[in-house]
Amino acid sequence: MAKEYETVIGLEVHVELATKTKIFCGCSTQFGGAPNSHTCPVCTGMPGSLPVLNKQVVEYAVAVGLAANCKITQYCKFDRKNYFYPDNPQNYQISQLYLPICRDGYVEIETTDESGEACSKKIGIHEIHMEEDAGKLIHDDWEGCALVDYNRSGVPLIEIVSEPDMRSADEVIAYLEKLRLLIQYLGASDCKLQEGSMRADVNLSVRERGAREFGTRTEMKNLNSFRSIARAIEGERQRQIDLLESGEAVIQETRRWDDARETSYAMRSKEDAQDYRYFPDPDLVPVYIDDAWIERIRNSQPEFREAKRKRYREEYDIPDYDIEIITGSKHMADIFEATIACGAAPKKVSNWLMVETLRLLKEREEDPEDIAFSPEHLAKLIRLTEEKVINSTVAKEVFEEMFRADIDPEEYVTEKGLKMVSDDGALRSVVEEVIAANPQSVEDYRNGKEKAIGFLVGQTMKAMKGKADPGTVNALLKELL
Amino acid sequence: MANIIDDATIEYVGILAKLELTDEEKEQAKKDMGSMLDYIDKLGELDTTGVEPMSHVFPVQNVFREDVVTNGDAREQILANAPEEKDGMFVVPQTFPG
Ligand SMILES: [Zn+2]
Repeated sequence: MAKEYETVIGLEVHVELATKTKIFCGCSTQFGGAPNSHTCPVCTGMPGSLPVLNKQVVEYAVAVGLAANCKITQYCKFDRKNYFYPDNPQNYQISQLYLPICRDGYVEIETTDESGEACSKKIGIHEIHMEEDAGKLIHDDWEGCALVDYNRSGVPLIEIVSEPDMRSADEVIAYLEKLRLLIQYLGASDCKLQEGSMRADVNLSVRERGAREFGTRTEMKNLNSFRSIARAIEGERQRQIDLLESGEAVIQETRRWDDARETSYAMRSKEDAQDYRYFPDPDLVPVYIDDAWIERIRNSQPEFREAKRKRYREEYDIPDYDIEIITGSKHMADIFEATIACGAAPKKVSNWLMVETLRLLKEREEDPEDIAFSPEHLAKLIRLTEEKVINSTVAKEVFEEMFRADIDPEEYVTEKGLKMVSDDGALRSVVEEVIAANPQSVEDYRNGKEKAIGFLVGQTMKAMKGKADPGTVNALLKELL
Repeated sequence: MANIIDDATIEYVGILAKLELTDEEKEQAKKDMGSMLDYIDKLGELDTTGVEPMSHVFPVQNVFREDVVTNGDAREQILANAPEEKDGMFVVPQTFPG
């Protein structure tokens, strides 16, 4: 009988924090600057430069730790991790080995148990530590050299190390989604895998089902989408099982996932000894986080998804499905609430978000995080439709403009002359013209063909360039016929 | 000397530190490292029961910066430190293919 295997997965997740400046210097973290335009002696590792810790990094790390039910290490410090690589100009990375800022936490995910029943499961957080990002290497194959841009060097990261508690790709994705939401709700990072502000390394081993010892694990790097994570897990699981089945051993190694070829290869070199010789960084003094500081951060935690979900159910008359989607993005939930605060009806707001917003996001391959229109404008648009200043077709058109460029719908409607013609006289004369121009349809209608009126409404709307309320047109036609 | 550094260790430390040493330098380094370890052993003889491990030489903590951009674009000065420059970046030898 074929052996049954169990996959054991632990994750190391790096998250780029949303600070304005780097972790140890006053350089901007803004994305997209000219190469090396956000650098200084500290983040390019010049001798004699002194790092000074960005307080906001500690605040964010503690906030994430509290949200993930961790114990805060009140007395924590930084260590040097020594290795040579051109993206690391100091030849060491400032990180935390001995006293990481958070330890022993967990997050809860929704998964299924062995019988396929939905259940929730705790995924342990071993620790969270603060560290700095490295520069970016650009390989110049033509010249046979590499070019380095240190704009990312020194950008603050937290590394969240889980316990080996996950057993499938689905659980891994659920865990990552959970972390992403917690961190986005905290505003500590935008957590975009594609752009690298959230990165996951997967530690995976297999063992015979029921075995107590873990198998030998490998570490997989370069996973930049949920899809590639799922594929890499499936691929690595199979590779290890194949090795074991053919009597070979799994070698503990770091492997790099090649998304285009859907395969991984070992990253190894003779000179790449994994001996980081950590020692306390003498340039940085310890951080003491007293009870008052922790309490202050705890008290300013936002309302997280579960609480929001519950409140929406109680306060707003909108479907559960809408609540799931809206609370699935902190940014969308913020827009939803702010639009309501501007006086719009929750159901209407939810509708615009669920239908047109999602449609346009999909069309542009964007995330809810990318929504750029302001709640005031959405509220105005809703008011314009409610007051029948514009009809729903025009509203969609205006919304698209708003979505694209955050235009003020009121101004836009006035400028483009999109207001519905409410002047009864003007509309009446157009309807009369349409009746005069379409004797056949008029005849049909009078002979009992109710549907013929639809054509006349259409002709009127066309003559009005869409700026009429179809209901009013219909009523007017019936009256005149 | 109680601590003897063997050839394999000095080779390994050389690789980690990216140092190429001559045979004489290796012998000298072996001696130096041995005596440093002897010194550490000497310290180890002290009874430190009840003494908090010290993580920093100064009794200072919580030296922070506010999250405010204070550095401008200093590309020219920074790149002046590069042995070689191309397209505003530091030129380094090719690493193994990324
Ligand atoms: Zn800097």
